[in-house]
Amino acid sequence: MTKPKFAMYWAASCGGCEIAVLNIHEKILDVDANFDVVFWPVAMDAKYKDVEAMDDDSILLTLFNGGIRNDENDHIAKLLRKKSKILVAFGSCACEGCIPGLANFSPIHEIMDTAFNTISTENPENIRPQSIYDMPEGKIHIPTLYPILKTLDQVVDVDYYMPGCPPESHQIEAVIDLVIQVLQGKAELPPKGATIGAGGSTVCDECKRKRNVKTIQEFTRIQFITPDPELCLLEQGIPCNGPATRSGCNARCPSVGAQCIGCYGPAADVEDYGARLIAAYGSIIDANEPDEIDRILDGLVDPAGQFYRFNLAGSMLRAGNSALKSVD
Amino acid sequence: MTRITIDPITRLEGHGKIEIFLNDEGDVANTYFQIPELRGFERFVVGRPIEEMALLTNRICGVCPEAHHMAAAKAADAVYKVNVPRTGKMLRELLYMAFYATDHTTHFYALAGPDFIVGPDAPVAERNILGVIHKVGLEIGGKVIQMRKYGHTVVEKIGGRKVHPCTSIPGGLTKGITEEDRKEIEDMGRWAIEFAQFSLKAFNDIVLGNKTYLDLILGDIYTHHTYYMGMVDENNKTNFYDGKVRVVGPDGKELVKYAPEEYTENITERVEPWTYLKFPYLKKVGWKGFVDGADSGVYCATPLSRLNAADGLATPRAQEEYDKMYSTLGGKPVHQRLVTHWARLIELLYAAERWVELATDTEITSPNFHAIPTEKPTEGVGIVEAPRGTLTHHYWTDERGVVTQANLIVGTTNNYAPISMSIHKAASSLIKKGTVVNEGLLNMVEMAFRAYDPCFGCATHSLPGQMPLEVTIHNSDGEIVKVMKQFVD
Repeated sequence: MTKPKFAMYWAASCGGCEIAVLNIHEKILDVDANFDVVFWPVAMDAKYKDVEAMDDDSILLTLFNGGIRNDENDHIAKLLRKKSKILVAFGSCACEGCIPGLANFSPIHEIMDTAFNTISTENPENIRPQSIYDMPEGKIHIPTLYPILKTLDQVVDVDYYMPGCPPESHQIEAVIDLVIQVLQGKAELPPKGATIGAGGSTVCDECKRKRNVKTIQEFTRIQFITPDPELCLLEQGIPCNGPATRSGCNARCPSVGAQCIGCYGPAADVEDYGARLIAAYGSIIDANEPDEIDRILDGLVDPAGQFYRFNLAGSMLRAGNSALKSVD
Repeated sequence: MTRITIDPITRLEGHGKIEIFLNDEGDVANTYFQIPELRGFERFVVGRPIEEMALLTNRICGVCPEAHHMAAAKAADAVYKVNVPRTGKMLRELLYMAFYATDHTTHFYALAGPDFIVGPDAPVAERNILGVIHKVGLEIGGKVIQMRKYGHTVVEKIGGRKVHPCTSIPGGLTKGITEEDRKEIEDMGRWAIEFAQFSLKAFNDIVLGNKTYLDLILGDIYTHHTYYMGMVDENNKTNFYDGKVRVVGPDGKELVKYAPEEYTENITERVEPWTYLKFPYLKKVGWKGFVDGADSGVYCATPLSRLNAADGLATPRAQEEYDKMYSTLGGKPVHQRLVTHWARLIELLYAAERWVELATDTEITSPNFHAIPTEKPTEGVGIVEAPRGTLTHHYWTDERGVVTQANLIVGTTNNYAPISMSIHKAASSLIKKGTVVNEGLLNMVEMAFRAYDPCFGCATHSLPGQMPLEVTIHNSDGEIVKVMKQFVD
């Protein structure tokens, strides 16, 4: 009997999702035992042309990580959608844009202007890379950048979402176990559109730090205090993103004294991540006078980044105004 | 004009691509190595708080996030002019040594090892990590996995996460380690030293003991005479975490030794319209094109470059291996690029030894791992040696410590020009009129850049496999004459 086919692919990403999958160590053998791995550039020969030659829907499961930054990413996303029965947006970039999505605060020409005119760059003719360039020997090509970074579900239909930057290895193991059980007829797939490999509540619910439902008079920053190791970081004034962020990581960062920065994306049923976090912060601010509220909020030095750090490209905003204007 | 496109299939996923143009005589007219990615970190970190740089720039590369975490944290220390307490510095360096040992292990056994241990001309099906295991013995596979696990364990214990560590902040770290952690880390480090020695012995027996391999390593195809860069301590010994950047010439003499904040006086980046990656060169020497020699500002920043640029290594066993390498090869500097693999294993041993040194320091478990910044934040540069080259982070902030400007020169970028030159030379040497462009030849071209362990777009660094290649040969009308793949079914 032939084994079902498995694929994993990276678009505009950092490679951390692949490392997270490799970090399941021996468990990777279960993938090998139950699947025919047909396409996985990091781990094996990337037979791209073979993918093109495959029948539609012939790959059972594709884990797609990385955002859609250029026409090449877009092309492969569409190809893999056509060839895959189940397409999973794997990791923060594919789900919601992640850190590279912060580029959506700026129009693309500003990004290029910055990159090709830094303090150490010598560029008197103000050269910019061109998609097609005429060399004396012939034309050579590089992909065209899109005006804004898109999430996977902004270019193709997505079956499931697996959040995290990167997804935690124990969550990857759990999802692999589930899929194998489904193949053996022992379990059913979750409904289409579900978030998998994560919890149904918030990071705060998993966090072992004590909460005293205390209010704060000011925000501070992690480098300026020696936080109490037992107490909630937010109640100590550190802008922690735990209240709006989906559970699933075992509150990994707060457990080592660092604030949650939101890599698991919006908690279940949260329509807008930033709005939820603003509401959470509002509820712990101990002030009634507008001036006092302003003073406390001034302690958040980067509200845009604070509220949409991982989530901008996938949020209702999608991009800043100036970047949106450059989209056709 | 005939065109050969060497396309890592990953190019289709946004990685690297080589174009080789042949002239009418069938010799190489020119080669272009293109990088098709740009994500724009230098723009979008503007407006973000300085303490987040060590978290945001991790996401440049999931293979070496530790390097960005450290360079950004050091730059943030400099922005506040805060002195990290000794324990804080040691904890960061300890995390970094465990990362180095892991990363170098992965590269040697999974990427480069197959060429040497199995052989550059071995059948494709055997030229992979499994072939290495077959040749060296089954237990080595287990050891490689064990080394990776130990490394990740230490990164997680100190950095809080296996991928994208989160504990380094301006002035130090958010947490220290307990005596129980320390003992475990020490034991793993001692195992790592043995593993490194085992690896060097395997290299010695299998590679250096084989005349064919030795001829290949020392031959002209993979040789370039350029400047070499590497960070050194106050005794001019290699240091990965801290120190000054030293550059030596093709003759091995010191050109300059600069402090992190002096990098703009020493490094300039050139823009070309056919690729998204810039070409750094030595400002004082100047850009003369993709050429060798003391008049060309092209420099190299790799494990071999670091050893060439230093006077030695600061740990005893690694120093012994350092001396042995240079005496075997007839002195410093060594210009043969394939020797980089040997240098990488010597660095692996140094990282393991340094790991144990730090883990056995009496102050490593001290609670004094963070100093609260008190100065007004302004501007700062942080430099570490990433496994793939000198990594520079530079930030300017306003008085609230919010970033107003950023500049990053990442590891592999340093080597963009030399890699391009190595590809050009290997292609020109190997592809001549009447040559049959076969799989073995492709692997020889691939070996030219594999020595640098390139990590373009932080993605082409393939982990357990080799970088797949596809060669398409076009005739002068652009029609495809022949397609070959590096890996066949």
